[in-house]
Order: sequence, then structure tokens, then C-alpha cells
Amino acid sequence: MKKLLFSFIFLYLLWLLLTGTNTQELLLGAGVSLLISLLFYKKLGIYGEFRVSLKAFIYAIIYVFVFLGALIKSNLDVAFRVIQPVIPINPGIVLVKTTLKSPLARLILANSITLTPGTLTVETAGEDFYIHWIDVKAADESGATEAIVRNFEKYLEVIFG
Amino acid sequence: MAMAGAIISLIGAVFLFLGALGVLRMPDIYNRMQAGTKATTLGSILFLLGLGLGHFHKVCICKTIILVLFIIFTNPISSHALARAAHYIGIRLTKKTVLDKLHEEDREELV
Amino acid sequence: MVEIIYNIAGIIALAGIVIAFIRLLLGPTAADRTVALDAMTIITISLIAWLGYMLGRKIYLDVAMVYALISFIGVVAIARYLERGL
Repeated sequence: MKKLLFSFIFLYLLWLLLTGTNTQELLLGAGVSLLISLLFYKKLGIYGEFRVSLKAFIYAIIYVFVFLGALIKSNLDVAFRVIQPVIPINPGIVLVKTTLKSPLARLILANSITLTPGTLTVETAGEDFYIHWIDVKAADESGATEAIVRNFEKYLEVIFG
Repeated sequence: MAMAGAIISLIGAVFLFLGALGVLRMPDIYNRMQAGTKATTLGSILFLLGLGLGHFHKVCICKTIILVLFIIFTNPISSHALARAAHYIGIRLTKKTVLDKLHEEDREELV
Repeated sequence: MVEIIYNIAGIIALAGIVIAFIRLLLGPTAADRTVALDAMTIITISLIAWLGYMLGRKIYLDVAMVYALISFIGVVAIARYLERGL
């Protein structure tokens, strides 16, 4: 039921953004979205991984702002490095571990890591993430996990069950 | 409103330029990817949102929002795929690199 | 005034394409060239939308969307090919 509802909402939002506000188009979009979600909702497992509660919703909104702040910080970091005559880098590939279980949460975590200051996800295998870090501050596993993952994980743990 | 949009677009264009400069100047492929992915993502978001803000009365902003969301979701995925492929075919990291936990020996256990 | 600032922004982004193109020509390996190509396509998407807004043609935004889709699939396909998994 949750999968059906979420897939319908996502499809209809996409339709609303793509088309105008014509009554016929709105009705047609609702019908087609409902048909597609009725046909395919059993296969769409990723929509069942959201936790539906007020706390999860608030944390999702906070997460968007945390993510945008990290994105802006990472861009200033890149700009600061690029314009110097000698580029100050100290790169390396470190291993971090995540405690998240759901595949969608791991995907979002990997994407967020790629867009935050000085880190790039190279390889994921289960709970291990191999991360290229432009300025290695902690070579060991726990220190790197604390520095890179923890900031996002505490929000994603609440949003995804 | 139009002025604010124009200035946001200008900031975005500067970030796009710095991202391209990073792609040119960084020493190895992974560092290039870092500059290329991050700076072009925020740069294109600001550039497109500034354009939409400045022409708010003429054109619907909805398609710009879809474009921005698409860029946010796909840009890290393509860079992740490329980084994985580059490490798999054995492109060396730069000489300044301090450690590499993802060697070929480690990879054997992973697969 | 506003038009001039938008034009300057477009020119700066275009200069970004030229700089990334130098890396495309220099790049020692195929993966380096693909990174430069990726950066170039993202800037190109922004510039297509810029053209659409400046010329007042809404349909160019759809062109930008399709170009974003195709360039994403193209980069992922090149990565899979380099990994010999295609």
C-alpha cells in the first residue's frame, strides 16, 4: 500500500512539473499515474523503504538543508584549491563503513559523499565504502568514518527504517 | 528580481569556469573528477536557477526545476561509474598519494 | 544592464568549455578524456537553457533535458566499456 501511494505521488509530481495546469491534462496525468503504479508497484521495492512519520518528514527537510550547505562548502573548497599556483592536495583512498541497511539510503549516502567537501565515492561493496579523499586527515577506518559518514548517517537513519 | 537572477547566474558561471579549470589543472584523474563533479553541479544549479528567476514572468520555471533535480541525481552517479572503471583498469594515482586501501589484492576478496 | 550580466555569464561558461576541451585534447588516458567530456556536457546543458531563455524559446528547455539524459547514459556506457563489462 505504501509502495503504491509513493509511486503514484512521485509519478504525478513529475507529470505536474512537466505539463501545465490544464484540467484535462491534470485528470489524464492522474489516471495514467494511477494505472502505472497499479501495474508495477509490486516491483518498486525502493518506495517501501521510507518511514512514514512526522519526525522522518522533518528530518528529511533538515537533511536537504544540511546537504545544500555541504555542497556550497565543497564548492568553495574546490575553488580555493584550484586558484592557487601550487594545488595543495594530500590525496588517498580510505575505507569507511556504514550502518545503513536499505539500498536507497546507501545510494543517497554515496551521492551525498560525492558532493561534499573533498570526497568522492570510488567503490561500494555491501557496507564498505571506498572513498577518494583529497586531503586525508584520518587514515584509519573509524576516524575516516567519523569524519565523512557520520554527519549524514544520523539523518538517514531516521528517514529510512 | 531580474537583477538578482542575473547575479546568481554570474556566480554559477564562475563556478562552472572554476570546475573546468580544475579539470585542466589537477594532477590525476580522481582529483580531476572531484573538481569536475562538485563545481559543475553547483555551478549549473545556480546558473539555471538564476536564469529561471530572471525570466519568471515569461516562461514557466518547472522544467528548469526538473533539469536541476536531474543534474543533482545523475552527476554523482556518472562520476562514480567513471572512478570505479578508472580504478579497475589500473590508472595510477598521483605521486603525492598517501594511501590506497583499494588495491588489486583487496579487490579479489570483494568480487 | 541585466541582459549584459546574463551575456557575461554565458561567455564565462563558454570559456569553461574551451578550458575543458584542452584537457580533452591533452588527457593521457581515455578516462581522463571522458571526465573532460562530462564537464563539457554539463556546461553545454546550462548553455542550451541559457539560449532558450535569452531567445525566448521554451522548446530549447526540452532539448536541454533530452541532452542531459543522453549525455548521462553516454558517460555511464563509456565507463562500462572501459571496465570491459558492456
